[in-house]
Amino acid sequence: MGPLVPDVIGNELNFVVALFIGIAFGFILEQAGFSTSKKLVGLFYGYDFTVLRVFFTAGVTAMLGVVALGHFGLLDISIIYINPTFLWSALIGGIIMGLGFVVGGFCPGTSFCAAAIGKIDAMVFIVGSFLGVLIFAEGYPLFENIYKAEYWGYARIFDTVGMSQGLFAFLLVMVAVGAFWITTLIENKINGKPNPEFSPMRLYVILTGIAAILAFSAFFMPDLKEKYLKEVEDVSFVKSYNLKETTSDELAFRIIDDENNLQIIDVRSLEEYKKFSLPKSQSISIKDLFGKDAKKILTVNRKMNVFLADDELMERKAAVIADKLGYEGISVLKGGLDAFKKEILNFKKPAEIKTRWEEDEIRFRLKASKLLPQLIEQNKHKIVPRKKSKRILGGC
Amino acid sequence: MKPAKYMNPYLAGFFLGLLLLATIYITGRGLGASGAVKSAVVATVQTVSPEHTQQAKFYDEYLKEHQNNPLKNWLVFEMIGVLIGAFISGLISNHLTFKLERSDKIKNQTRVVAALFGGLFFGFGAQLGRGCTSGAALSGMAVLSTGGIFTMLAIFGGAYMFAFFFRKLWI
Repeated sequence: MGPLVPDVIGNELNFVVALFIGIAFGFILEQAGFSTSKKLVGLFYGYDFTVLRVFFTAGVTAMLGVVALGHFGLLDISIIYINPTFLWSALIGGIIMGLGFVVGGFCPGTSFCAAAIGKIDAMVFIVGSFLGVLIFAEGYPLFENIYKAEYWGYARIFDTVGMSQGLFAFLLVMVAVGAFWITTLIENKINGKPNPEFSPMRLYVILTGIAAILAFSAFFMPDLKEKYLKEVEDVSFVKSYNLKETTSDELAFRIIDDENNLQIIDVRSLEEYKKFSLPKSQSISIKDLFGKDAKKILTVNRKMNVFLADDELMERKAAVIADKLGYEGISVLKGGLDAFKKEILNFKKPAEIKTRWEEDEIRFRLKASKLLPQLIEQNKHKIVPRKKSKRILGGC
Repeated sequence: MKPAKYMNPYLAGFFLGLLLLATIYITGRGLGASGAVKSAVVATVQTVSPEHTQQAKFYDEYLKEHQNNPLKNWLVFEMIGVLIGAFISGLISNHLTFKLERSDKIKNQTRVVAALFGGLFFGFGAQLGRGCTSGAALSGMAVLSTGGIFTMLAIFGGAYMFAFFFRKLWI
């Protein structure tokens, strides 16, 4: 599961990766014509919409790709860099950048690209941006309030506007394609002639069709976290979902037996887990089941994963999600930790014993109620909450 | 040899999109540019006046994040790559020049002053907005970040708002 940094690719190697990504980035920008300021500002005066075409095509391509990778569990969205939202600085900073764009004719990335092929104006622009950053840095105490105002966290745009991810993605692609058609018409009108780059119209009709199909596919690639968390809100669905059950006696037996392939997935809060937990248990919150950390724990070969919470419904919710995510060896502890405490840990010998079978059960439970507390006590020093993967820092 | 034509913009956009997607998949972060300028600023100030970087909060925070080595930053390596990549592209497409590009209607000095101030506004704005066209707008769109998309709208909206007043620079 991505991202590959820092587990597969180390932090040092990441700098080498950065260099190669940069080479590809610079190459594409230059090939697209982003090394000339006249072309870059064309969209603001209507004579050349290359920037809009390249920018929007790249944006929707990557966006659909992220949606797809997230849906198929190949990318852990919860730890990739989502630009945090600080409303006022985003808007005011953006408007100042817009001013810089029409005055200077570049943005930072394109100025480096143009400077590399010898454009002197781009080199001057870079000097200017250096001064701009310096002014911000020196005056930081003055700007700090506005810089940190109106913080919305790692907000996603579809949540902000109250749509599903699929619908927003679909609309964004459609807006992009619409903008391509309209701006081409504007461009032709302003330049007084059809753009020779776009003469085979039929090709563009076909491409529009393909874009529409791809956009539509976003509806079939919902964000699984959003979808499954919603599905398990339905109690009757969760109760009737076919899951393997492990009884208190069986679990107690396996713990005492020190079975290697037993793994208890404790979905209670971390505080509760630290206070009291069974041997062989790992703490994962339901929300974290979708991530990279959970994958490492749940895909260990031939493990029997018993979900544990205070009550069975909570266990079932988590187990249903794990099952839907394709993890194997899933079961729930029948009756939850509450039943386990009653039947095993705090077991009291009943006044009368009816059958022979009941007698065996009671004998086991009495033995277990003595042994298990010792095992729990011994396990206490082993409880180290997992190191959680942190969100990657990005941005400029 | 005549300079080669530019790539079809949709094809270039598609490649750029795939590159951005690969970047997110591999590194967990998007592309960027202005952050490299920030590194250079901090490194310069650190060299010129080390005491100042300890007193001023902005530098202090940045240096703490970078273990006192401001140039050891992902974006610095990426932007070195951009210079190399753009140069290679310019070389094979015969775009290499050494000139000050400007509209025929303005003087060289005007273009230099405009480029300097344009850069200054952009550099300042990119700090306030936590990223530029690459780091905030493009990468923000790819991960459907509210802040990134707002910044994108503000950049293009702002540019259209001011375009009329600076039209003499271009047309």
